[in-house]
Amino acid sequence: MFMIFGIPGPLLFGQLLLGLINGAFYAMLSLGLAVIFGMLNIINFAHGALFMMGAFASWMLLQYAGIGYFPSLILAPLIIGAFGVVLEKTIISRLYKLDHLYGLLLTFGLALVIQGLFRNYYGSSGLPYRIPDILQGATDLGFMFMPNYRGWVVLAALVVCFSTWAIIEKTSLGATLRAATENAPLVQAFGVNVPRVITLTYGGGVALAAFAGVLAAPIYSVNPNMGDNFINTVFAVVVIGGMGSIMGAIVTGFALGVIEGLTKVFYPEASATVVFLVMVIVLLTLPHGLFGRRA
Amino acid sequence: MTISRRTLLGAATAAAAIPLGRPRAQGAPTVKIGVLNDMSGPYLNTGGPTSVTCCRQALEDFGVAGKGLNVEVINADHQNKPDLAVSIARQWYDRDGVDMILDVPTSSVALAVQGVSREKNKIFLASGPATTGLTGEQCSPNFVHWTYDTYMLAKSTGGAMVKAGGDSWYFLTADYAFGKQLQADTTTFVQKSGGKVLGASAYPFPGTSDFSSFLVQAQSSRAKVLGLANAGADTVNSIKQAREFGVNQTMKLAALLMFVTDVHALGLDVAQGLNLTESFYWDLNDQTRAFTNRVKSKTPNNWPNMIHAGCYSATLHYLKTIADMGAAEGKKDGAATVARMKKMPVEDDCFGKMTIREDGRNLTTAYLFEVKKPSESKGPWDYFKLVATTPGNEAYRPLAEGHCPFIKAA
Repeated sequence: MFMIFGIPGPLLFGQLLLGLINGAFYAMLSLGLAVIFGMLNIINFAHGALFMMGAFASWMLLQYAGIGYFPSLILAPLIIGAFGVVLEKTIISRLYKLDHLYGLLLTFGLALVIQGLFRNYYGSSGLPYRIPDILQGATDLGFMFMPNYRGWVVLAALVVCFSTWAIIEKTSLGATLRAATENAPLVQAFGVNVPRVITLTYGGGVALAAFAGVLAAPIYSVNPNMGDNFINTVFAVVVIGGMGSIMGAIVTGFALGVIEGLTKVFYPEASATVVFLVMVIVLLTLPHGLFGRRA
Repeated sequence: MTISRRTLLGAATAAAAIPLGRPRAQGAPTVKIGVLNDMSGPYLNTGGPTSVTCCRQALEDFGVAGKGLNVEVINADHQNKPDLAVSIARQWYDRDGVDMILDVPTSSVALAVQGVSREKNKIFLASGPATTGLTGEQCSPNFVHWTYDTYMLAKSTGGAMVKAGGDSWYFLTADYAFGKQLQADTTTFVQKSGGKVLGASAYPFPGTSDFSSFLVQAQSSRAKVLGLANAGADTVNSIKQAREFGVNQTMKLAALLMFVTDVHALGLDVAQGLNLTESFYWDLNDQTRAFTNRVKSKTPNNWPNMIHAGCYSATLHYLKTIADMGAAEGKKDGAATVARMKKMPVEDDCFGKMTIREDGRNLTTAYLFEVKKPSESKGPWDYFKLVATTPGNEAYRPLAEGHCPFIKAA
């Protein structure tokens, strides 16, 4: 068996792959955050709670309506996305004219309320959600035992991330979106309903979080605190990638997953901290983040 | 005589305050119990509101009103943070007149509350925490460790695994007082029985939900047993993910601390065949079933595990002691009341007969269970088969090995 830095090679490859899987979740979540921040200038602290709601929605669809995993992969983001639209219309839209801090406080409060409600009804031990039958089992890759479901997560995340990127950067819809954030009155003068565009963007960002939640349900236990473990890391990812940069969020998400994975081999105790260490270093050298444009 | 406005206001305030007092038994001072545990995090279901329910059940079963006692129960969420727990404990003891703090899961938090309770000469009855440090180097005359500890878990579950041929171990450990102590205690047993420990991964607590990386490391160590030195939602997640990565095909899983509530969260499909140790199970005998019947309507989604039963049992014995000493005497000196608790016979529906040792260790019987297959389960919460029983005087660390300082001094 060959060794790299005193660690058996196969073990290291295994960890790289696992890092990529976690990175997929970071990428999907930070993507939603980056879209919302880039378009709405709202720091959406409720993102973790909405991610959790996505997982719960898929659990409820199965439990109460008998709807399986694949339909809920589409249904749950739609339901939670609609919930996001309602949130934006009724509460969040009132804050656009105020300082960022108010949006942050509001969404943070919303997150606490949502989590508290779920905790009250479902406890914190978590609820079981089975991996769908065709994705059961694992493949022996030679250097590690790769559960099929995790492979599927990486694939699904890549597809979703790059289609979102393509929609925003390469289509005329995306161009309208970007123009609306740049200069809303002017775009409105062209006959575009800007408030509606903004509402739908928020809904879209929320749907991304819910989609990640459905993907996470079979891996982690579906519990009200599941978003907490991700949200801090994901904010660090957005900051490192550059606030509001779509590509930055995707690339940084995957990269930090890998860095975290490697830390788990060499010094597991630091695995929760390493992301923030990277953040400090990036902010000291590149204050606008890796992919951020200078203001 | 002229009455100043200030006197008038003062008199009015005083008069307004008088009717606020609740009706209470004449003359007897109020005994106040504070349940301090995790009401929002990973240990919510293993302790949480069900601990409070069981504590109140003890008041009801003892019949406090009929015995002329005024007892009040309050509770708070310590969020698994030692600093927060210490400030709540100080406020309770100093300002709110709390006499006894109950439960306190999370070993690091319990060790912090231990210090405050001793300093204020109040009483700390622990059901939730596991570390043997509480009756070892950091023992206190104001304290009883009621339900279980890391030594008892290591001996019962760990010992059984080694006997069944699991002689090489890899640990997955929550990186704080409890996880480290549980790993250390289990390591001692494994090595004493001629086994080896091949490695360990200590992961950050709380905040880790993905264990895949550590599981793959464990697998490549080629150890026969994976010892899970963690608890609550972490245990649930690590068992789930171990199955996903096929770790259960090459290694045996030893859930060193697992409760019936965790099995409920995992589902029998995933949990079947696991060995675990508790000192209480609702379906052990007529008494435990009777107790469970009394409380389950008050906590229908979360039946009592050993921590909850411990809260009941500790409260009941505390109340018996207070009734015996008189409330005023029982409130005066925490250490003296605990000394009296140790002398009085301890018995209840949940644990049967027990003895509280002088270092504060309550000697409960340790039951080794195996989780049933889905086909063997007959009804709700029917999860365990009894495999082995270790009597209280053998289950716990011998007094001399604990090096409890206040006993040496005596």
